Amino acid sequence: MQKITREALIEKAAALLSEGKVDRVLGWKSGEFSYDVTPAIFNNVEEMQKDFVYGDFSGANFSKYLVKETKKDGKVLIFLKPCDTYSFNQLLTEHRFDREKVYAVGIPCDGMIDENKIKQAVGDGILSIVSESETVKVETLYDGVKELNRADVFSERCLNCKSKKHVAYDELIGEDGLVLDSNRFDEVAKLEKMTADERFAFWQNELSRCIRCNACRDICPACTCEKCVFDNPNSGVENKAAANSFEEKMFHIIRAFHVAGRCTDCGECSRVCPQHIPLHLLNRKFIKDINTFYGDYQAGAEVGSRAPLVNYTKEDIEPSEAVNRGDE
Amino acid sequence: MQRIGVFVCWCGSNIAGTVDVQAVSDALGKEPGVVFSTNYQYMCSQAGQDMIKQAIKEHNLTGIVICSCSPRMHEATFRKTAAAAGINPYMVEIANIREQCSWIHKDMKEGTEKAIVLGRTAIAKVHLNTPLVPGESPVTKRALVIGGGIAGIQTALDIADAGFYVDIVEKKPTIGGKMAQLDKTFPTLDCAACILTPKMVDVAQHERIRIFSYSEVEHVSGFVGNFDVTIKKKARYVKEDVCTGCGLCTEKCPQKKVPNEFNLGMDNRRAIYIPFAQAVPKVATIDADYCTMLKTGKCGVCSKVCTAKAIDYTQKDEFIEEKYGAIVAATGFNPISMDKFDEFAYSQSKDVITSLEFERLMNAAGPTAGKLVRPSDGVHPHKIVFVQCVGSRCAACAEKGKEYCSKICCMYTAKHAMLTRDKYPDTDVTVFYIDVRTPGKQFDEFYRRAVEEYGVHYIKGMVGKVSPEGNKLIVQGSDLIANKQLKIEADLVVLAAAIEPDKSARPLATMLTASMDTNDFFTEAHPKLRPVESPTAGIFLSGACQGPKDIPETVSQAGAAAAKVIGLLSKDKLTGNPCVAHSDEMMCNGCSTCEKVCPYGAITYQDKEFRGPNRTTLIRRVAQVNEAVCQGCGCCTVACPSGAMDLKGFASKQIMAEVDAICK
Repeated sequence: MQKITREALIEKAAALLSEGKVDRVLGWKSGEFSYDVTPAIFNNVEEMQKDFVYGDFSGANFSKYLVKETKKDGKVLIFLKPCDTYSFNQLLTEHRFDREKVYAVGIPCDGMIDENKIKQAVGDGILSIVSESETVKVETLYDGVKELNRADVFSERCLNCKSKKHVAYDELIGEDGLVLDSNRFDEVAKLEKMTADERFAFWQNELSRCIRCNACRDICPACTCEKCVFDNPNSGVENKAAANSFEEKMFHIIRAFHVAGRCTDCGECSRVCPQHIPLHLLNRKFIKDINTFYGDYQAGAEVGSRAPLVNYTKEDIEPSEAVNRGDE
Repeated sequence: MQRIGVFVCWCGSNIAGTVDVQAVSDALGKEPGVVFSTNYQYMCSQAGQDMIKQAIKEHNLTGIVICSCSPRMHEATFRKTAAAAGINPYMVEIANIREQCSWIHKDMKEGTEKAIVLGRTAIAKVHLNTPLVPGESPVTKRALVIGGGIAGIQTALDIADAGFYVDIVEKKPTIGGKMAQLDKTFPTLDCAACILTPKMVDVAQHERIRIFSYSEVEHVSGFVGNFDVTIKKKARYVKEDVCTGCGLCTEKCPQKKVPNEFNLGMDNRRAIYIPFAQAVPKVATIDADYCTMLKTGKCGVCSKVCTAKAIDYTQKDEFIEEKYGAIVAATGFNPISMDKFDEFAYSQSKDVITSLEFERLMNAAGPTAGKLVRPSDGVHPHKIVFVQCVGSRCAACAEKGKEYCSKICCMYTAKHAMLTRDKYPDTDVTVFYIDVRTPGKQFDEFYRRAVEEYGVHYIKGMVGKVSPEGNKLIVQGSDLIANKQLKIEADLVVLAAAIEPDKSARPLATMLTASMDTNDFFTEAHPKLRPVESPTAGIFLSGACQGPKDIPETVSQAGAAAAKVIGLLSKDKLTGNPCVAHSDEMMCNGCSTCEKVCPYGAITYQDKEFRGPNRTTLIRRVAQVNEAVCQGCGCCTVACPSGAMDLKGFASKQIMAEVDAICK
């Protein structure tokens, strides 16, 4: 296991800043609580030494921030975990940021922790969280120190990690990993086995919690439209989504369709959802279907790849086949 | 606000029979924006059109809704009417209350209700219509014919004779197609080669025809009048312009065990070969799958014996790009595989053959030099049983055969039976049939001759099983007229296998965006009135790729397709379709999705300057549509993730308004 430290990243950033290779750094900043990490721009080493953090809660995928950051002058340093690099490539495929204005440092990742799982395990009043290699020590106001298995509190996407391999970087810290055989479609397969009514009830239950905060959309690296259809009164979609209690379903279903074939399965939608809706399952269903119908395809695995949904090959299955299988 | 006029057509009793046209025009007259509503017996008649023109003037109409037949029938008619009365033709919408309503309803109440909904839908769209003006595009005066059988040959000759350039793409090493493999042709019994090969030579010598043999269409883009086609000329390892066709290499090649596809594998050819004596172009081809030199690098006999120095083992596939104004599909047919018909023992006995194999056995240039013998032992057969409809009219066994009638089998079986009896009077011939279908000039007379003059036994009934026993074939069948089961001991059994479109047709149809039916035959623009045109503009159909056909029919259709091509190529400019895509640059991401799905290559990207906040300038990558190239298919509008792409005349808003009107 490769453990990368905050200090190593600051050291790397300091070197790049002083060499003039980059002008600012996109990184993680500590929040009110230790598990409450937010993205931030650091203009110099001093700022980094003050606020920069890197650890079990640095899960945020920064690729999308490049859309705005590369519109500014100067070059930005970005740290990319393996799964982030897929979003990075996908955004490049869609010409969404200027590669010339980015210096990408690939960093290894052995999995991020889901603070909600810790909260579930230890309850409220968390004072500190200290990670060991196999365990996590959580000190709470009421219960003292509790030791948890790291594997038990990994976030879902890390448990089902699809790749430890960086598919894009200018420089790599540590050793690169491999694309993994993950079980990420097991949960989708379970949903597929349900009857239509059971599945509807499942999603009704999940999506009824949605408060339309738009966090999933705002974080999604595939959602980078100049103007989102849901914010555009002319699209005719925004008022459809708000027509009745069907609202949340329409919003999420339309969004899943919009990102189909472009979603890299980075899992940010589920990570940021304050209502803990497993939104990634909608996208994974699309990915699974695309893999079944057109052969394995990983969005963002390379720059410029033609996604099956916007490509035609002679081997493509006939549309009728998709309809037939849909009946099953 | 539009001032809309609604015109409900009776179409005689076609619509009025199941739709209360008065109720429809009354109901639609009350819709917002509608200032005039009426109904008339035949809207498309001169009187009907005059009524529309008059109403436009009297009521100052700005939009028109015609409730009538499919827009494919009369949209153009009514657009012209509107234009003649001074309003933009694209302010006309058709509500199809015939094909989509009156014809499919029996109940007047239901039909009327639906007609009103369809009319309301069209009104909702007209409210959002805007005047559109079409552009013009030039016509490339060159035609492409895909397939070099008799259909392709005839189409090419007719087009070229009219003064236009034509290229034929043929995937085999020679043109000629199936007809080149036939022995005699019904109903006149003239030899196929004698009438076909002069046409092949005409093609070869025509100054305006180029033949790309051993070639395939690799890619097609563009649109009517302006197709861009990539043709793959497969490596034949022989320089076409150098080879004299002397055939010495085909005699000296040491690889003698290659199944000869021209004779359907009934004899062998060499690895370097010329399919038959009258091949055009008469050029040798090396079969890379069998050539020892290409496989192991050791041999080179053909190169050594070739005095013309035409052999080139290093030849590579060549890609030719050419522009065409029109494309003709003439991809032909094949007999279906007999794999699923094992009851006829085709795989068990060499003496059960298909009709096309029989043609080769009877052909003087065939594997037996025209001597009819049993393939298993070379012995002359004394009893032959022909089985018709093997895999044809197979409604109950659709997974095995074809539901349709293959159309040519009755006649060629009569021909085979007659020729056999003529050449070998000692051979007894029995034909099992379901029906004998002979609708054609001189066809029934031909079949009667087989029965009456040549003494062929025709038995109405199907063969259930053929089983090899010793050197005989036991044919079990039923005689439905005598109502008894028969057991016939035969020496040879000939199966009239159903025919199906060539396998290359489906991928080609996709490339051409031409539609196909469930049997993979190309679909016509109209089954009766436009039988040689595909619904895709600029794509024409010739021969059996459109449906089973005999030679006389194929040749007439080939000529008809040529006439349509000539009509197109003789125009200097085509009026385009104004219903093209356009991008809302303020919303466009520049993500390239639309460019990837555009089948016509109509979309490019530009870095454009936009004004940002606080007097700043932003450079953004945005999509640009070339309106002359866009065909208005709408792929981009659905692929665009941000909804920036829209289609003029079919804007998302218009379509949503229609859906809302239906769901109201």
